[in-house]
Amino acid sequence: MREISVFDVVGPNMIGPSSSHTAGALRIALMAGKISKGKPKKVKFILYGSFAMTYKGHGTDKALLAGILGMNTEDYRIRDSFRLADEAGIEYEFVPCTENKGYHPNTVEVVITNEEGVTTSILGVSIGGGNVKLKQINGADISLSGNLTTLFVQQYDRPGVVAHISKCLNDHNVNIAFMKLYRDNKGENAYTIIETDEKLDERLVDEIQANPNIKSAIVIEL
Amino acid sequence: MDFSSAAELLKICQASGIPISQAMIDRETLYLGADTVTTYSRMEHSYEIMKNAVHSAVTEDIRSIGGLIGGEAKKMDAYRASTEKPLCGSVISKAIGYAMGVLEVNASMGLIVAAPTAGSSGVIPGVFVALQEEYGFTDDQMVRALFNAGAIGYLITRNATVAGAEGGCQAEVGAASAMAASAAVELMGGTPEQCMSAAGTAITNILGLVCDPIAGLVEAPCQKRNAMGASNAIVAAQITLAGVGNLLPLDEVIDVMYSVGRSIPFELRETALGGVAGSPTGCRLSKQIFG
Repeated sequence: MREISVFDVVGPNMIGPSSSHTAGALRIALMAGKISKGKPKKVKFILYGSFAMTYKGHGTDKALLAGILGMNTEDYRIRDSFRLADEAGIEYEFVPCTENKGYHPNTVEVVITNEEGVTTSILGVSIGGGNVKLKQINGADISLSGNLTTLFVQQYDRPGVVAHISKCLNDHNVNIAFMKLYRDNKGENAYTIIETDEKLDERLVDEIQANPNIKSAIVIEL
Repeated sequence: MDFSSAAELLKICQASGIPISQAMIDRETLYLGADTVTTYSRMEHSYEIMKNAVHSAVTEDIRSIGGLIGGEAKKMDAYRASTEKPLCGSVISKAIGYAMGVLEVNASMGLIVAAPTAGSSGVIPGVFVALQEEYGFTDDQMVRALFNAGAIGYLITRNATVAGAEGGCQAEVGAASAMAASAAVELMGGTPEQCMSAAGTAITNILGLVCDPIAGLVEAPCQKRNAMGASNAIVAAQITLAGVGNLLPLDEVIDVMYSVGRSIPFELRETALGGVAGSPTGCRLSKQIFG
C-alpha cells in the first residue's frame, strides 16, 4: 500500500461533482486509452451498478469521454467532451447494463477500437476518492491502480521475457516497487505490470520493446 | 517524522515546538520524500482553486447538472450585504455562503479541491476564505493552515474513513469540519493541543449524521450540510479558543466516529435509499431527473 499523502486528503483537485463518479471514471478511461495505444476511432462504455443508474447526473459520461481524449481530472474542457470527441472524429456510445454480474457498484467496461482496427477491452472500478483499479484487459484478470509510475507490458507467454524486462530496468537503475504477471492461456498472451519509484523514460520503453516476444510496453503516469 | 495517531502528532509538535502544519509539511518532505518547494507550491495551487471556486459562486450564474441547486451563494451574499447585522455575524455569514457556493461549482462540473471529498468540498474554502477576508491573513498563512487541515484529514483517513458510503455524512462533512476547526485554531494562535480539541469537538457535534443525497447526486441536502459543517468548525474553534477543552482525546473521537459510521444502516450511507432521498419528495425529484 502506498502511504497517504496530504494531497490525498486535501485533494484531488477535480472537476465535480463526484470523486468516484466523475474523477475516478475519467482516470479509468484515461488509463484504458493509454493501454489501447494509437488514436481511438470508436469507444463503447458499458456501465454497471451505480454508474448505470446515475451516470447522467454525475457527468460520468462526459468524464469517461474526457479520459479517452487524454484530459486530466482538473481539465475545464471535461464538460465539453462530447463536442470535442465529435470534432476529433471519435464515435462513442454509453450502454447502461442493469444485469447483476457481481461487480463493484462503480464499474465500467471500456471497449476501444483504434484507427488500425485493433479492439481493446478494459474493465475498471472506481473505488472511492478518485482512486481506481483496472481489473481486466481483454478478459484476462489484472490489477492496476496507476498510483505509482506503472510500466504495462503486453507480451507472449515465453521464457526469458521477464528477465529481459528486469535487465532493462536494471540498466536504467530503476527500482521495482511492485511487480505482477498475468496470462490468459499458456504460451499465449501475457501481461507484466511493474510499479516503480522512479520515472521511466522513452528509451527504456524502446529497449524493452526490442525483444520479439514483447508486443508493446507503455508507461502510465496519472 | 511519521505519525499514525493524534497522540504521536502532538508529541512531535511539543518535542520540536512546531505547529501541526509544520509537522505535516515535515512528514510530506522528510518522511515521504517529496520536494519542499513542490509540496508548498502544490498546496498554493490548491488554495488558488478554492478561492476561485468561491469567487465563481458569488459572481456567476450557476445551475447544477441535476438542477436541485444553483444560485444560493449569490442569495446568501446579497442577504449578508443587505443588512448591518446579519443573523450569523460576519465571519459565519461569509463562511456558510461560500461553502454553499463551492458545492454549486462542484455540482455544475466546475473545478474544486476534494477536501477531503467532493461532497464536503465547501467546508474548508468557506471557513478559510471567510477568515482570510475578516482577519487579513496572508496567502502564506492560509496555505500553511491547509497543511494543518491535511494532518487532521490524514489521521481520520488513516484510522477511520472520510467516505460517505462507509461512514455517512459525519465522515465526510464531519472530517471537513474537524479539519477546518483545527486549521482555524492554528490561524488564531492556538496550540497544537487546542487544534486537536477543536477537531474532536467538531466531529462529536456531527456524530451520527447520515448520508442521504437526493437522486444520489452531490447537491441536496449536501449543500446546506456544508454550510453547517463550516459554521460548526468556527463554533468548535471558538469554544476551544475560549479555553473550553474536549473531554475525549481526538484519537478516541475518531474511533467513535468510525464505529458509529459502521452502525449506520446501509440505506443511509450514500445509497440514496433512505433519509431525505427516500422521502416521497426525494423519490419524485429523482424520477424527474432520471426519468
